[in-house]
Amino acid sequence: MKIVVPVKRVVDYNVKPRVKADNSGVETQGVKMSMNPFDEIAVEEAVRLREKGAASEIVVVTIGVAEAQPVLRTAMAMGADRAILVQTEAALEPLAVAKLLKTIVDRENPGLVIMGKQAIDDDMNATGQILAARLDWPQGTFASAVSVENGRITVTREADGGLETVDLALPAVVTTDLRLNEPRYATMPNIMKAKKKPLETIAADTLGVDLAPRLETVTVIEPPVRKAGIKVASAAELVGKLRDEAKVI
Amino acid sequence: MSTEIEREEMEFDVLIVGGGPAGLSAAIRLRQLLPDATICLVEKGSEIGAHIVSGAVIEPRALAELLPDWRERNAPLNTPVTGEKILFLTGKRGFSIPFIDRLMPAMANHGNYVVSLGALCRWLGAQAEEMGIEIYPGFAAAEPFIENGRLCGVITGDMGVTRTGEHGPNFAPGMILRARQTILSEGARGSVSQRVMKHFDLRQGVDPQTYGLGIKEVWEIPAENHRPGFVQHSFGWPLDNGTYGGAWLYHFGENLVSYGFVTGLDYDNSWLSPFQEMQRVKTHPEFAKHLEGGRRLIYGARALSEGGLQSLPRLSFPGGVLAGDSAGFLNMPKIKGTHTAMKSGMLAAEAVAEALGSEGPDKATSYTRRFKGSWLFRELFEARNIRPAFARWGTRLGALYAGIDSVIFRGRAPWTLHMRHTDHDALKPANETKPIAYPKPDGKLTFDLNSSVFLSATNHEEDQPVHLKLRDPSLWNAVNWGLYRSPESRYCPAGVYEAVEADKEMHLRINAQNCVHCKTCDIKDPTQNIEWCVPEGGGGPNYPVGM
Ligand SMILES: Cc1cc2nc3c(=O)[nH]c(=O)nc-3n(C[C@H](O)[C@H](O)[C@H](O)COP(=O)(O)OP(=O)(O)OC[C@H]3O[C@@H](n4cnc5c(N)ncnc54)[C@H](O)[C@@H]3O)c2cc1C
Ligand SMILES: Cc1cc2nc3c(=O)[nH]c(=O)nc-3n(C[C@H](O)[C@H](O)[C@H](O)COP(=O)(O)OP(=O)(O)OC[C@H]3O[C@@H](n4cnc5c(N)ncnc54)[C@H](O)[C@@H]3O)c2cc1C
Ligand code: SF4
Repeated sequence: MKIVVPVKRVVDYNVKPRVKADNSGVETQGVKMSMNPFDEIAVEEAVRLREKGAASEIVVVTIGVAEAQPVLRTAMAMGADRAILVQTEAALEPLAVAKLLKTIVDRENPGLVIMGKQAIDDDMNATGQILAARLDWPQGTFASAVSVENGRITVTREADGGLETVDLALPAVVTTDLRLNEPRYATMPNIMKAKKKPLETIAADTLGVDLAPRLETVTVIEPPVRKAGIKVASAAELVGKLRDEAKVI
Repeated sequence: MSTEIEREEMEFDVLIVGGGPAGLSAAIRLRQLLPDATICLVEKGSEIGAHIVSGAVIEPRALAELLPDWRERNAPLNTPVTGEKILFLTGKRGFSIPFIDRLMPAMANHGNYVVSLGALCRWLGAQAEEMGIEIYPGFAAAEPFIENGRLCGVITGDMGVTRTGEHGPNFAPGMILRARQTILSEGARGSVSQRVMKHFDLRQGVDPQTYGLGIKEVWEIPAENHRPGFVQHSFGWPLDNGTYGGAWLYHFGENLVSYGFVTGLDYDNSWLSPFQEMQRVKTHPEFAKHLEGGRRLIYGARALSEGGLQSLPRLSFPGGVLAGDSAGFLNMPKIKGTHTAMKSGMLAAEAVAEALGSEGPDKATSYTRRFKGSWLFRELFEARNIRPAFARWGTRLGALYAGIDSVIFRGRAPWTLHMRHTDHDALKPANETKPIAYPKPDGKLTFDLNSSVFLSATNHEEDQPVHLKLRDPSLWNAVNWGLYRSPESRYCPAGVYEAVEADKEMHLRINAQNCVHCKTCDIKDPTQNIEWCVPEGGGGPNYPVGM
């Protein structure tokens, strides 16, 4: 079985994002970028499935700028076999990403797609679900455990009220939650080997997908700074302040 | 680190430890000389530039020698120096020192550029990678690998070790990186360099190294106040006459200002806080007027080697060489170490290339000869008396001496002054010095430590051994607290050390995750009881371009 793992290049999770001076978005120029942490978990899970004999090949895909290549190299250093960069300068929404991913899935014909449940930049939590719907495949989202057997995949989901286990026919789309695994380190020999693994670049505009955004960003602002708290001497003072200053009662 | 672990090995012709200006220049020069050699560079930061803190006004001299076509290659030197001011500060006023460019031509900045050194290093890294040099960010050299009296490479840090020292689920042992020659370019107070200098006794007969701690902020200011290329330095207030240091402020890039403060680490007052000094200088009218209405973007700190020529160790040893700030090539009166680090890296590379080409490549001994015949030596020779003069006679007389040395003797005075003691010896017991009352932060120009460290984007994997080791944990209570009242909780610019009371006794809490790798504790601890070891690779600050 082949596994496709979509991975996204995002602002590194250690970086405190900064809004651009003109409020048009978050500053990404000169900021450290790396693989979306949920996607690292997805790559790790794919590698583990291959190590268990449940998969034979792992293909990682990213959609984005040429500078996203290091993210693909990292995924290959972790164990993916080859990589595809769908190259575009456009700022994409989950719908367009899912449509592009579908063209790759149609071409690669994998038995399983594993991807992050959300990307930590826009936090949409949407791409996996949209992709499953467009492929008309079953989906197991927020996975904290998976196992593959006899052409089916069992996914333990971290649902709001607790854990839910679903049993899906393959091919399927699985999205990863934080507790699924702890990704391995890319070691130096593996990083070196990854430099020689195949990386194919496809121009996004050759795939016949409408990439036009459906949303318009009006303004991006930083959350207001929280004011320091104060101590009140009595309940009466508290009520007074809530009524007259905070105007919440 | 235990040695029983089975370690994989990789072998190269040359291994370079540290991807700052020295290491990257060495890599590029080596490739130019030896097109077929295998060259590997390891960098502990998560990417090249992630751990670089500098001013920086740089001289393009070494860069032009290394890559004459740097302009065509779009090197990020975009802001030429356009105006300059040196101020002697009193509490409320600043006196401009006139004609500085004519009196002390070596200090004038005409023809220099204000840069982000982090950006320049990223660019150098990209050039080096294009030339086929293997660059591995996120891998720290944890210890030297010495065999038969010869440095044969390094051992990289183990990954995935838990706080208590056990192997976690994703444990990955460090590797032995073997090389015929190793270039140590870890910057000031390199942890591997320290051990190698000791092992091969490289500091015998030279002055102790003396350091400064530079703490820096990058600001974005309103476009109407921005004067690209304007650079300002100050000395005097708020430091007393016996403490060496001063502030800088450089306008560069797109509405950016680099502001920072260097404190000479030979200060004696245990109550002094370099962080608080750097904060309060911003309230001086000569600095405030540049920053008002702006917002602070980045914060960071790093030690610099100030000792100069008299403090340089032996430069080569069996199996390797020292380059850049690890050896101590910075020119202190100029406050510039970038062009000197680059030049030393290039000279080191030339010597290493020669050693590799000859029979039995034991020592790159031609390094010292090459250095002595270069402009780098002449430059450091002319600068050699300035820093020791300040240490001896204080700021005012030191400045006067600097003037005489430069104007009358043009740096060629027939004597050489020496640094007499190490920085950690200089600290006086707390009851012999006066506590300093620092003003509270206003949240506009001045800030507290926590919100500052936040802007360094520092992170260390939490479940790992503490990388700041007390050689003798019992010493802290008696000496650091008993005698000095925990100076580390004031000099550490990241708030790593906290003296806390528990069970009616004082204890040292070490918040190792916050460490920005400045190395000050390794330098200044009065009994040298703190050892800075490399944490898991990739940990530490994540300074963006602009730093
Ligand atoms: C109603 C709602 C409530 C939410 N509440 C919370 C909350 O309380 N806390 C919280 O932390 N988050 C929350 N979120 C999540 C949040 O909205 C995320 O904002 C969002 O997931 C990030 O989006 P994305 O656009 O990058 O695409 P996503 O759909 O999140 O991306 C998912 C995955 O798609 C793949 N992918 C995406 N782009 C690419 C690409 N260019 N190339 C290759 N693969 C790609 C990756 O595998 C990625 O991991 C909430 C979301 C919703 C909708
Ligand atoms: C606050 C400040 C202001 C300055 N201002 C100026 C200025 O205006 N102009 C100027 O020319 N110079 C200035 N300098 C000096 C200049 O920045 C340094 O001299 C120069 O950066 C030294 O270069 P280097 O390559 O020797 O070391 P560094 O620049 O310190 O680089 C060393 C690199 O090695 C890495 N490293 C260290 N140990 C290890 C290890 N064990 N394993 C792997 N990697 C490791 C580090 O992470 C770092 O990336 C300033 C310095 C400071 C601190
Ligand atoms: S712990 Fe030491 S090296 Fe780390 S930031 Fe503090 S003083 Fe600097």
